[in-house]
Amino acid sequence: MIVRQAIAYRSLALVIGAALLCGGCSVIDGPVLDPKGPITLAERDLLFKAVAIMMVVIIPVFVMAALFFWRYRGTNRNAKYTPNLAYYWPVEILVWGVPAAIIIWLGIHLWHDTYKLDPYNEIDPSVKQLQVQAIAQDWKWLFVYPEQNIAVVNELVFPAGQPLSIRITSDTVMNSLVIPALAGQIYAMAGMETRLNVLANEPGKFWGRNMQYSGTGFADQQFRAIATTEEDFDAWVDKVKAASGTLDASTYEALAKPSQKVPVTYYSGVEPNLFDSIIAKYSHGDTDRMPATAAHAAPAAEPAAEAAE
Amino acid sequence: MDIFGRLTIDSLPFYSAIAASGAGITVLGALSVMAVITYLSAWRLVLFDWVSSIDHKKIGIMYIMVALVMLMRGFIDAAMMRSQQAIAYNNEGYLPPGHFDQVFSSHGTIMIFFMAMPFLSGLINLIMPQQIGSRDVAFPFMNAISLWLTTAGAGLVLISLVIGKFSTAGWTGYPPYSGSQFTPGVGVDYWLWAVLISGVGSTMTGINFLVTIIKCRAPGMTMLRLPVFTWTVFVTSILMVFAFPSLTVAAGMLVLDRTLDMHFFTNGMGGNMMNYINLFWLWGHPEVYILILPAFGVFSEVVAVFSQKRLFGYISLVLATMAIGFLSFTVWLHHFFTMGSSARVNSFFGTMTTIIAVPTGVKVFDWLFTIYRGRIIFKPPMLFTLGFLVTFTIGGLSGVLLALPPVDYLMHNTTFLIAHFHNVIIPGVLFGYIAGYMFWFPKAFGFNLNEKWGTWSFWCWIIGFYLAFMPLYLLGFLGMPRRMEHYEIAAWQPHLIVAAIGALIIFFGIVCMAVQLIVSIRDRQSALDLTGDPWNGRSLEWATSSPAAPYNFAVLPQVQSVDAWWDMKARGVAYQRPQQYEDITLPKNTFIAAVIGGSAFVFGFAMIWYIWWLAILCLAVIFVSVVVRASDDDSDYIMTAAEVKAIEDERFAQLAKAPKNEMADDPGFAGEPIPEAST
Repeated sequence: MIVRQAIAYRSLALVIGAALLCGGCSVIDGPVLDPKGPITLAERDLLFKAVAIMMVVIIPVFVMAALFFWRYRGTNRNAKYTPNLAYYWPVEILVWGVPAAIIIWLGIHLWHDTYKLDPYNEIDPSVKQLQVQAIAQDWKWLFVYPEQNIAVVNELVFPAGQPLSIRITSDTVMNSLVIPALAGQIYAMAGMETRLNVLANEPGKFWGRNMQYSGTGFADQQFRAIATTEEDFDAWVDKVKAASGTLDASTYEALAKPSQKVPVTYYSGVEPNLFDSIIAKYSHGDTDRMPATAAHAAPAAEPAAEAAE
Repeated sequence: MDIFGRLTIDSLPFYSAIAASGAGITVLGALSVMAVITYLSAWRLVLFDWVSSIDHKKIGIMYIMVALVMLMRGFIDAAMMRSQQAIAYNNEGYLPPGHFDQVFSSHGTIMIFFMAMPFLSGLINLIMPQQIGSRDVAFPFMNAISLWLTTAGAGLVLISLVIGKFSTAGWTGYPPYSGSQFTPGVGVDYWLWAVLISGVGSTMTGINFLVTIIKCRAPGMTMLRLPVFTWTVFVTSILMVFAFPSLTVAAGMLVLDRTLDMHFFTNGMGGNMMNYINLFWLWGHPEVYILILPAFGVFSEVVAVFSQKRLFGYISLVLATMAIGFLSFTVWLHHFFTMGSSARVNSFFGTMTTIIAVPTGVKVFDWLFTIYRGRIIFKPPMLFTLGFLVTFTIGGLSGVLLALPPVDYLMHNTTFLIAHFHNVIIPGVLFGYIAGYMFWFPKAFGFNLNEKWGTWSFWCWIIGFYLAFMPLYLLGFLGMPRRMEHYEIAAWQPHLIVAAIGALIIFFGIVCMAVQLIVSIRDRQSALDLTGDPWNGRSLEWATSSPAAPYNFAVLPQVQSVDAWWDMKARGVAYQRPQQYEDITLPKNTFIAAVIGGSAFVFGFAMIWYIWWLAILCLAVIFVSVVVRASDDDSDYIMTAAEVKAIEDERFAQLAKAPKNEMADDPGFAGEPIPEAST
């Protein structure tokens, strides 16, 4: 009986151990800790920096906790006992001062990196960007390439090394566009435009999706993000150009209706100004909603950022 | 027009086995409670001693009963989510999306509004007036209305299982999804009216506690002699008064959108969902401090009592509490860094958020220094406190990470966020409330809780917590979004299985708490608290008998120091018999508060189902009730000096028989307070 119990425990421990091990490996290769673009890399580095600096307080807390819980257990009569010790000014200075110093250090980095990594920023103004318009629908993503005059459902293809500038809106409820390995997320809202700038270091296949819960089809609302070589991208554009269907007003209406697990679909032509007309449908020409006057359009005000421009 | 509005026979949950069994359990639960009351022939007791009571201690106990019932319900939701996600790799699992979405919506709604809020109001009601040496809260009748409004909201969430469906819009109810265009059914209306009705109750609770602390302190109880728990209640009440109206406005406008076809938050017609999100979090962020500050207060009391030492850094803790309270109104935007605000806005709110880590860190260090050179007695409340100290620190770390906007772009809406807020809410808020429940239970009922089961419960809770939520941090690094009904990424599944095992262990923790309660009631005669001071306590609630007399203090205490009760014991003036007693005025019991709460429940139900005549009728009943109560000039009764003397004589007879202190049996006990010059 005892033996059987021991075996049961051992196998349980093995299962949990194995799970943790394979889980651990997969986390290191996961999109957040192993980013594939300069933006996500910088974001991850800020994460690491913040964790490291906070260890200055976290480790003392753990050490003090372990030490104090053990040493000052009531049954240990050898430990000093000072029941009225309630104030000691050097401790007060330390417990306010050290966290405050860390937060000041962190605050400076936070401020600087928030400007530097603003998702609206052009990644490299000296290079021509690829323009894409992303439209969230129930429950799929429509990507329009205005310069190429093509549109794709649930697939985002772009050349690695060339910055990608995405204008985002929603033709339904709030969504949030993310490609974890390449770019942090930004919400998509009807009648409004948001922006996300993306750059992949090397060709590769990634996944992107809607992160903001949007109803029954939410779980399957994902797409492939494929960074290609320049030539492959041109070939892909040609392939889309050869598709039979085009996205005119009536096909758009049909597409925008709720649907799930929509396969990748190519459109060889797009109704002009489709993206702007979707925004206008909700905003009724309300200029506050338009990107030119929206709150975000104010240029980044940090001196360093301005100097760079 | 149909007299039953939208309500038809199809609203009953016979469309799915899982929904029907949920409804069945709810109905059976209600019936079995009634059966037990009938079996014990306790209806008179329940109605005339409890439902009609406006004694703050009984109201506190009823709040906590609501909280514990809702804790079970909320936990069942959590268990369903964890088991669904553990199996739903490349398949649909056992919950269809429409059902899964209701489950995560009701889990969040219940745990925040109907578990944490009543638990908090209950503990405060029970203890705070006694801690400040008061005979009651400032507005006892309003207190009862708050209780019954909260209960009405909880009732609406429960009945949504039986009639109709609950919201699928999550506990935050973001429009435009929560608007009538995308979710036309009754679900979001259930959520809205539950939140609105209980929110009114919470606003009144905040006003009540605030006025009580300002106006009802015992002689000598200056603000800087208040126990830290009362200080946290003070700040929490201010937050409640200022934050809850924002929620009420946001929910009210959404009701107008849904019911009267207005366009505050809709996609088109000039609506703007961003306004809702701002209003909601303008309440929502202070709300998490509303929840956690009193838990910090509980930890402050527990850590001093069970370290047998004065609380370290009282002034620091008070200042830190006030700083957190103030800062909590300056950070709401960190819930939506990803909504397209400029870098200027994001970096401001990010910085404000990280600043909150400073006072919170100060608190953690002050508690640790309270333990330093103390003598720890490891009773269950202390175990929960020590578990909190270590675990909460991890939650604070992940919170600071999420406060960095560039990191938030990566981690927002992932399970990392879920892990973070459970990491602060379970060890921070819930462990605090459980510690308070186990710490003050003898004060409420006159006997101690079983320690063995309490200890077991603690170990299950903390081990279960780590297993359930550490994998979610890792899943965040894998990019897993929250609220996924199924998924296609194989690497996620092992973590989700571990998380489900963690939830199972937490379930054992809840079972241990239930067993602890049952065993303690069974063995109560051997664990009676005869002194009213089982833990060698420090603050005034331990000066009253357990359970306290209706008037708490026959003679109002004279406070001369922080740790007033400890100081009285040290000066040898504790348990002093006064020369004579005086008449005490106390409020009479009344059913009016329960009638108002009941009408609010029916009103909410009528509004949800568009039964307009019934809604108007209920409003009329509420109005008449308020008028009747307001015109009643005879709402108090006088307990004569002789009656008081009889109760107190009995107490002193009990004290004479009682051993000096129950904790003296513990090998770590350091001794009674001794007279000593203060440091």
